[in-house]
Amino acid sequence: MRPVFRVKTPGAHTTIQDRGRFAYQHMGVPVSGALDPFAFRVANMLVGNPLDAAALEITFAGPQLEVLSQADIGITGADMRAWANGNPIHCWQSVRIQPGSILIFGQAREGCRTYLAVNGGFHVPTIMGSRSTYSAGRLGGLEGRPLKAGDILMMGAGELLRKPRRLPWRPRYPDAITLRAVPGPQDDYFVTDMGIFFSSDYTVSSLANRMGYRLEGPSIQRDPGCPESIVSEPSITGNIQIPPDGKPIILLVEQTIGGYAKIATVITPDLFKIAQAKPGDNIRFWRVSLEEAHHAYRRWSAFVEDIEGAIQDF
Amino acid sequence: MKQAGGEEKIKNMSERLYHVPRFRVSGDRALLVEYGEEIDLVVNERVCAMAELLLMHPFPGLENVLPAYRSLCIVYDPLLTGISTLKNHVLKMQQKLSRLSTAPPETIEIPVAYGGELGPDMDFVSDFSGLSVGDVIHLHSCNPYHIHAIGFAPGFCYLGELDPRLRTPRLETPRTLVPAGSVGIAESQTGVYPLASPGGWRLIGRTPLKLFDPARTPPFLYKTGDKIRFTPVSRSEYERILIEGTP
Repeated sequence: MRPVFRVKTPGAHTTIQDRGRFAYQHMGVPVSGALDPFAFRVANMLVGNPLDAAALEITFAGPQLEVLSQADIGITGADMRAWANGNPIHCWQSVRIQPGSILIFGQAREGCRTYLAVNGGFHVPTIMGSRSTYSAGRLGGLEGRPLKAGDILMMGAGELLRKPRRLPWRPRYPDAITLRAVPGPQDDYFVTDMGIFFSSDYTVSSLANRMGYRLEGPSIQRDPGCPESIVSEPSITGNIQIPPDGKPIILLVEQTIGGYAKIATVITPDLFKIAQAKPGDNIRFWRVSLEEAHHAYRRWSAFVEDIEGAIQDF
Repeated sequence: MKQAGGEEKIKNMSERLYHVPRFRVSGDRALLVEYGEEIDLVVNERVCAMAELLLMHPFPGLENVLPAYRSLCIVYDPLLTGISTLKNHVLKMQQKLSRLSTAPPETIEIPVAYGGELGPDMDFVSDFSGLSVGDVIHLHSCNPYHIHAIGFAPGFCYLGELDPRLRTPRLETPRTLVPAGSVGIAESQTGVYPLASPGGWRLIGRTPLKLFDPARTPPFLYKTGDKIRFTPVSRSEYERILIEGTP
């Protein structure tokens, strides 16, 4: 374990995340974890880490980091035009960094969340089975908060790569996306307006964070006789709740339970698209059956499993 | 032979509690199982018993069971199980419910120093209810509360039932910081803030216990379905527990 970065400036919102804290949602502790599981996974693979190693999740605008130890890093997700001592750093491939260099990230150009993995992973205490930061609960990560200037980030034990690695393609993060969604759990509250929901354009509002994304667009009304709220029930990442004002909110990883009816739920393979959507982006929902959703889930899982095979030495 | 009153009671109960649970799809990896329509002790006891039973008899693909109020949420791996297998398993387990005993709910004693600077709204609650401070403390602490759900913040319990005489509106302007352990009332709800946070509840006291400590095993003192009983303690007893950590 040794120091790898000194934080000169923290960026807009930079936290330490791993796959998530799964066993305590029913105790009021949300799952947390990387919002874009795909980019997070590839970042760790690029530097030879186990898949539960902790990485940085960088949102909108990136930090400036002074390098304190030689290390291999992998940067994936949104392209923030990273530079090291004046040289551009390529994304979706491993890069060896040297002590004394300064890494500078700019603003996200496509997408909005960037992942930075380091060989050995970022070392912070494991709290309730995870290193993920849950800022609102001041839990996990670095003292339960986003990075701030002056922080020293530690790296765990992990060997340097023998050869650099890369993913020979990269996902695109367009500013208009279609999210496949399964109706429910309270689809019976929205029989009349279900068609509006699945045929309208929505826009990501400025209220978009790891708790959820509030959308602007056609208002969805409950059917006559359906109550404004339901008895609170556990939330699942991707649930789309309809509050009394009718503007949909996609619930994300920092939720536990809630009392608004949910019209539909985004399928797991499309969750990363939300993580990379930013205020102003366009969203449409595409209705799928549970059977179709499970088919898509199996294909997606096989694809993600095979990513290791797609990563090449160069 | 049953008395008429008893039959009436049983009939009411069977109407409140679904014999066949209602299933709701919550995306491609979660299934909600509902046991009733409303907030109800009998329904919540069924939810908690089923959650415990499912966790005691896991099957391939079961990732987690999340109980709350009238429903439990089963999180599953679609690669290992399907929706019909899951539903059948729930129904099969439900048949075993009457024959298998689940652990009885625990009652957790939570010491509370009422009033004074630790309960700055006690006088308001007393004035609003027209009860003496002593009566407010007695009514708040005489019966155990059932934990219907935990959520919103780590360890935050949704409790039932507050004595109707203690119902008090929220603060018009929420406090920017409510200290951890504060015990409050908001309309018909009562509860404890496990962590310091902003909040608009009327604060009537504070517990010296750490309800949530991520470094402790287990991090929480209770679970959904347990009972909480508030025990009035003196300010000096509060200070002692705060230092020693145990009542």
